[in-house]
Amino acid sequence: MRPIRQEEIQVASALLTATSLKVRYGAVEAVRGIDFEIRAGEIVAFLGANGAGKSSTLNALVGLVALASGKVVFDGHEITNGKPETLVSAGLTLSPEGRRIFPTLSVADNLRMGAYSVVSKQKVAEAWERVFELFPILYERRNQLSGTLSGGQQQMLAVGRALMSGPRLLLLDEPSLGLAPKIVEQIFELIVRLREHEVTMAIVEQNVAMCLEVADRGYVMASGRIVFQGNASELKSTTFLQDAYLGGN
Amino acid sequence: MDFFVQQTLNAIALGGTYALLALGLAVVFSIMKLINFAHGELMTSAGYVLMYCGLHGVPFALSVALAILTSTVLAVLMERVAFRSVRNASGATMLITSFAVATVLQVLFQNLISSRSQPVLLPNFLSESVTVAGFVIGNNKIVAIVATVVMLGFLDWFMKYQKHGIAMRAAAEDFAVARLMGIRANTVIAGAFALSGLLAGVAAVLWVSQRASVDPLMGFTPVLKAFIAAILGGLGSLRGAVAGGFMLGFIEIYLAAFLPPDMQEFRDPIGLGIVVLLLLLRPNGLIPSPGLGAVKA
Ligand SMILES: Nc1ncnc2c1ncn2[C@@H]1O[C@H](COP(=O)(O)OP(=O)(O)OP(=O)(O)O)[C@@H](O)[C@H]1O
Ligand SMILES: [Mg+2]
Repeated sequence: MRPIRQEEIQVASALLTATSLKVRYGAVEAVRGIDFEIRAGEIVAFLGANGAGKSSTLNALVGLVALASGKVVFDGHEITNGKPETLVSAGLTLSPEGRRIFPTLSVADNLRMGAYSVVSKQKVAEAWERVFELFPILYERRNQLSGTLSGGQQQMLAVGRALMSGPRLLLLDEPSLGLAPKIVEQIFELIVRLREHEVTMAIVEQNVAMCLEVADRGYVMASGRIVFQGNASELKSTTFLQDAYLGGN
Repeated sequence: MDFFVQQTLNAIALGGTYALLALGLAVVFSIMKLINFAHGELMTSAGYVLMYCGLHGVPFALSVALAILTSTVLAVLMERVAFRSVRNASGATMLITSFAVATVLQVLFQNLISSRSQPVLLPNFLSESVTVAGFVIGNNKIVAIVATVVMLGFLDWFMKYQKHGIAMRAAAEDFAVARLMGIRANTVIAGAFALSGLLAGVAAVLWVSQRASVDPLMGFTPVLKAFIAAILGGLGSLRGAVAGGFMLGFIEIYLAAFLPPDMQEFRDPIGLGIVVLLLLLRPNGLIPSPGLGAVKA
């Protein structure tokens, strides 16, 4: 897979900057003041045990959960607590944990909904072409009810649906969850191909080894805090990662 | 045989009206998890528009259009004024809100119009009948059946092929993810209410054209029946609502037609008994809505 190109990362400017993010569910503090940035062209990993606050972080970026405090800047504009329905047209979207495709809609209708916010007919046509080129299986199954797809196909649909909006920053929450090893490999190959399509990505993953193969940099979270950050090779060698998974909460 | 065909047409006409009403309830419920008991008052409002138009000699086609427009606009207003602020509240809160809206509207109809039943002037052709293949069929029945078919066809087309209809189905399945795609909550919910108002308006025209009168509580009984139909079909399921509506229409009409005279007074309990029996056999309804409030086996 593609090696890290440090110099490229250095010059790239931050596409998204998050400052002291906090997320609270009633008394539960899921995210306790974290700072991070995602630069254009990067693949950034968010790692950590169950309940570390990874999903809460991504969901807060797109406005699916409210921030208790903190600030998010995307592409030079503040989007703190922005509404999800407006962020997608700004170029930010999330492929949520658990895929969450619309099961009683056909594959094509799921994708059509992915492009709901896109006004330009030409852009929509390009998105169809790109997604069907990336996922020939979705083209084959376009008229099938998406609930009848296999797990791997559903994951591809979830990613394809997110791509239909033509995002500049795509947040992927556990794209390999519950998939057979062979399919997991396909998903990560796809992630590498997406970067070639100039999509910047943040990925939450349990599959640390695979994730660090494709990621440039990463953050390790534990109990709502970032406990380590570094580039992929640093992450591979740090004990923080083991601690974060074993120590958990 | 003649009698049977006659009663079957009656059942289709009545079932169709229930289906339209149940569909209106289901469209809103599937998206907001709100059972809108004020749906009946949408019907009543359309009924009063027909009454006033009749009094002022407005051509019937125009009064029908105005009646349907009124219930549609009222449905959207209802959402904006009453339901938007309780959108994320519990099911019980929303239910109580809908009772409140229904009661307020009933009181307004009673005080501003009349608490008594008012006649509605209808064009003569509705009370005439035609003879088709030896069967005498009331024009109002034909109109009801045709209008139901047209509305169901329109709704099916809208929900299947129109971007906004598909978006409604997507929002009904997973509202949060639908918002991620850029589907606006306000737009989808307002759209659902508009559709329910449209369906209530058409149902009101059909209901009034069989009875030629309107009163402040006119919508109560049919919407109660539609509610039963929606549950029978599978609450939140659009196809279920249609199936439940027709099923209930057939049960009611056939019982009224074929039950022995000395048992007629038990018609309603027997009808509801059949509904309960069907629900015992199919606890999630005839055509359950996927995943939604399903009874786990
Ligand atoms: N909707 C919610 N209501 C209450 N608590 C929640 C909610 N969502 C998450 N939490 C809690 O917030 C904490 C962080 O959860 P989050 O889902 O962000 O973790 P995660 O790192 O994504 O975990 P996983 O790897 O299991 O997906 C957990 O303690 C979780 O129980
Ligand atoms: Mg998670």
